[in-house]
Amino acid sequence: MKTAQQIATAVTTGASSATAEVQASLAAIAARNDELNVFLYVDGERATAAAAAIDERIARGETVGPLAGVPIAIKDNLCQIDVPTTCSSKMLEGWRPPYNATVIDRLVAAGAIPMGKTNLDEFAMGSSTENSAFGPTRNPLDPARVPGGSSGGSAAAVAADMTTISLGSDTGGSIRQPAALCGIVGVKPTYGLVSRYGLIAFASSLDQIGPFSKTVTDSALLLEVLAGYDLMDSTSLNEPTPSLVAHVNDGVAGKRVGLVKELYEGSDPEVLASVAKAADALREAGAEIVELSIPELSLGLSAYYLIAPAEASSNLARYDGVRFGNRVDGADVTAMMEATRTLGFGAEVKRRIMLGTYALSAGYFDAYYGQALKVRTLTINAFAKAYAQVDFLLGATTPGVAFEFGTKTKDPMAMYLNDVFTIPTNLAGDPALSVPFGTGEADLPIGVQLLGPGRSEATLLAAARVLEIADGRP
Amino acid sequence: MSESSSPLRRDDVAKVARLARLTLSDAELDLFTTQLSQVLEHANDMNALDLADLEPTAHPFGLTNVFRDDVIRPSLAPESFLSQAPDAEGGRFGVPRILGEAP
Amino acid sequence: MTQLPNGWEMVVGLEVHTELLTKSKLFCGCENHFGNEPNSNVCPVCLGLPGSLPVLNEHAVELAMRIGMALHCTIAPSTFHRKNYFYPDQSKDYQISQYDLPINANGYLDLPDGSRVGIERAHMEEDTGKTTHVGGSGRLAGADRSLVDYNRCGVPLVEIVSAPDIRSSAQARDYAAELRGILIATGASDGRMEEGSMRIDANVSVRKAGEPFGTRCEIKNLNSLRSLQRAIDYEALRQIELLEEGGTVRQETRHWDEVMGETSTLRVKEDAEDYRYFRDPDLVDLAPSQAWQDAVRAALPAMPAERRAAVVATLTTPTSAQLDAVEVVIDLGLERFVHAVVAAGGDAALAISRVANELAANPEQATSLDVASFVTTLSMELSGALSATQAKDVLATLLANGGDPEAIAKAKGYEQMSTDSLGAIVDELIAANPDEWGRYKGGDDKLAGFFTGLVMKATKGQANGKAVVAELQQRR
Repeated sequence: MKTAQQIATAVTTGASSATAEVQASLAAIAARNDELNVFLYVDGERATAAAAAIDERIARGETVGPLAGVPIAIKDNLCQIDVPTTCSSKMLEGWRPPYNATVIDRLVAAGAIPMGKTNLDEFAMGSSTENSAFGPTRNPLDPARVPGGSSGGSAAAVAADMTTISLGSDTGGSIRQPAALCGIVGVKPTYGLVSRYGLIAFASSLDQIGPFSKTVTDSALLLEVLAGYDLMDSTSLNEPTPSLVAHVNDGVAGKRVGLVKELYEGSDPEVLASVAKAADALREAGAEIVELSIPELSLGLSAYYLIAPAEASSNLARYDGVRFGNRVDGADVTAMMEATRTLGFGAEVKRRIMLGTYALSAGYFDAYYGQALKVRTLTINAFAKAYAQVDFLLGATTPGVAFEFGTKTKDPMAMYLNDVFTIPTNLAGDPALSVPFGTGEADLPIGVQLLGPGRSEATLLAAARVLEIADGRP
Repeated sequence: MSESSSPLRRDDVAKVARLARLTLSDAELDLFTTQLSQVLEHANDMNALDLADLEPTAHPFGLTNVFRDDVIRPSLAPESFLSQAPDAEGGRFGVPRILGEAP
Repeated sequence: MTQLPNGWEMVVGLEVHTELLTKSKLFCGCENHFGNEPNSNVCPVCLGLPGSLPVLNEHAVELAMRIGMALHCTIAPSTFHRKNYFYPDQSKDYQISQYDLPINANGYLDLPDGSRVGIERAHMEEDTGKTTHVGGSGRLAGADRSLVDYNRCGVPLVEIVSAPDIRSSAQARDYAAELRGILIATGASDGRMEEGSMRIDANVSVRKAGEPFGTRCEIKNLNSLRSLQRAIDYEALRQIELLEEGGTVRQETRHWDEVMGETSTLRVKEDAEDYRYFRDPDLVDLAPSQAWQDAVRAALPAMPAERRAAVVATLTTPTSAQLDAVEVVIDLGLERFVHAVVAAGGDAALAISRVANELAANPEQATSLDVASFVTTLSMELSGALSATQAKDVLATLLANGGDPEAIAKAKGYEQMSTDSLGAIVDELIAANPDEWGRYKGGDDKLAGFFTGLVMKATKGQANGKAVVAELQQRR
């Protein structure tokens, strides 16, 4: 199987064609989509036309871009002109955005070919994709288990070889956790590195779009295409696009790596074993491992589960049946809004809106939301202290392997605890990634997590490459 | 101001549902009261801390002064969104009768 | 001004919202323009489509600073907060506004009568869309359905909140008029109340002097300065009547009905809306640099108060009618005509009168009138070359068509003789009529008419009667 980088090279040199790659992707999708429910919408016609256009340009001798002819799956919370975009919610079923997310424009400019929209937990709220209004996505490695969430569809698309790369979004772990559960690479970039314009917002100060891929190099390649300053996003970092692919094979010699207790304790034994083996692999490659404890990190979960829903409760207010989406009529406009929202939103979304509204309401603001923002500062300071001692951190991505459907849905708290290792980085705005390393129960994949200070993606990807090689994927 | 550690009451939850324009059944009200209480209990470990000296962080990197120039950019063609409006008339969005003035 | 009975005093605070004269909206590039086809100036941002994000218009910040500086506010680092509430004209169901950290705070406005009204804050926020109501009388109550146009949604606003320092409806009106003049002078607003680019809400309460503030009511739908004054007087009297009958004033929002001349309940404020303000995570902090602030301050044009004082200073003992005329001059921004006349050695009072009357008749054309031609016309009037009526006629022609005043006067046959040639003719006629001249010199005033007639015949009606008399008196 070619990597995305190899596909782009083949298409550019004429060894393959965009049309052939798109056909192969469509075939792979057709083979398993009914079983796995990965894609909510397959954009076959448009993808085929786009492929033909790229092949024409290459035939004319034009340079197309670093992702020329590479099929890519897009998480269905990203706006693409005239393509159904649902956020896996009945609220938006049938809606076609009149504009493109900035990342879509960047992908198309690089020659990539969007293949369709993938399933997610409704409005990106969840850790298993069981909260989708259009059925869950199944883990390609074991269809009785979840692929993780909220970007379960995009992770499954890559794990099932439907596309080599896909886009997800990560607010509390929604790229990294499904990457770990599906045995692929997933990166959450530095907050502001990738434009959020066109990403349907969940929690504005935490959301980031990022890549999924089988190989570390493909994630580096995709992230280079996505990253960059955007005038349409006030939180976008105004700094030069990082060079990532060129540094993927830099290694880790001389680096100091913090092995953080709070980022793996309580995990299943196989996960603990993977983390320990990963530390060994880094040590063998020339890094120094430093055992660290950052106790403030355990507060992250509580702070996150106030900040994220608070922002979400406000971001989701616009779904009121007035301008777009599926309206449910009412005797007056308030009744209409209530009926529309009550029927349009699923239980988890309602739960988070309720929690967020409460945390912001008069009399409770200081105790909940206000306090959570201070814990955020605590978290940032704690990471800063750690990064004064080490170059990056190592931990687990999730406490266990992919779990079976229905095992965590009864108790929201149990589901929320899945994110305990990933949430702190979102609070800090720092980058982190999950790279497959070892297997656990039932031979299911385990992912280890690498975390770094702001804009350290090159370092993290280089370290991930070391682990990738050590894990048998040169 | 309410004590953060006092249990969440069904009444509070009903008020919040109204604020959020959600209609909850009695069963949902009960369920949400329990579930939200659990999440908020977790928040009590935060409240035990004395964080008085800390500034709240609303934004991970303290960016300031991000602007756009005062130039006109193309607007959307009305057809592109009116065609998908639940109720459109004469180029405007239709809504059922509004009962109160804007706050 | 309505006097309040029985020692009652009214306490008034005004909230003024003004649209800013930017080319584009506050957070997106849609055109900021009144009167286009519905929903033709919208984009994903101002329409609140999923995935859209706001980016702050730099010029709007500059205009907000000008307003703050003109009102003597402190300019401080500020943040944008979300004010969360559901309403169909609010495309995101929250408004981006400023809350506890506004850009401008703690200023004041001095009124022409010498009183000072405190300004608590002048903050930035976005405007809502517009709803029209179908069915019923076209008003909200009784409508079956409403239609929303988001062209105005996202237009930049500055909300100016006064301290409750106002004690009469006349003072409220003066405050509003002066504030309007300031907003226009800064270039931030066009102050058109009738178009809705400047909106005023009044908070009114009453008390006996010395007592604490009473419960206040907010009055909306004040579409002119006159409505403002009438509504405040009505509301104060309504509350006084209520209190004297033993009732209590309910805190509420009331609607002013211009036709009926009364306020009525719109919305009771018992259950204060919970806006759940929190800092907008899609925007970053605003901290205009000292250099930028200094540049804005240096470029700030003269405010009405300063301009008014400069014009009044040209008069020795201004009458109240002259002060009213000065007001008109300042309001129209035409004081340069007065100053030019004075600088050329002309008559200030005459200049003020001609601007406040003749130029004011057509303010749009007056702004493009050539100042030198105005100065010339007035000096012709002053010298007697033109009569008052003729001068006014020449000005009207200049306003309509431009041109040269002397050429216009000549074309209309107004051209008067120069003083020298007139003087020469008078001397000739005096010499030719020694007896009559002797009697005139002796005190027979009636002979002024005799000589004037002769002069008119000699000059074929070209002479200016007043000028002739002046010549005669000079030689008496």
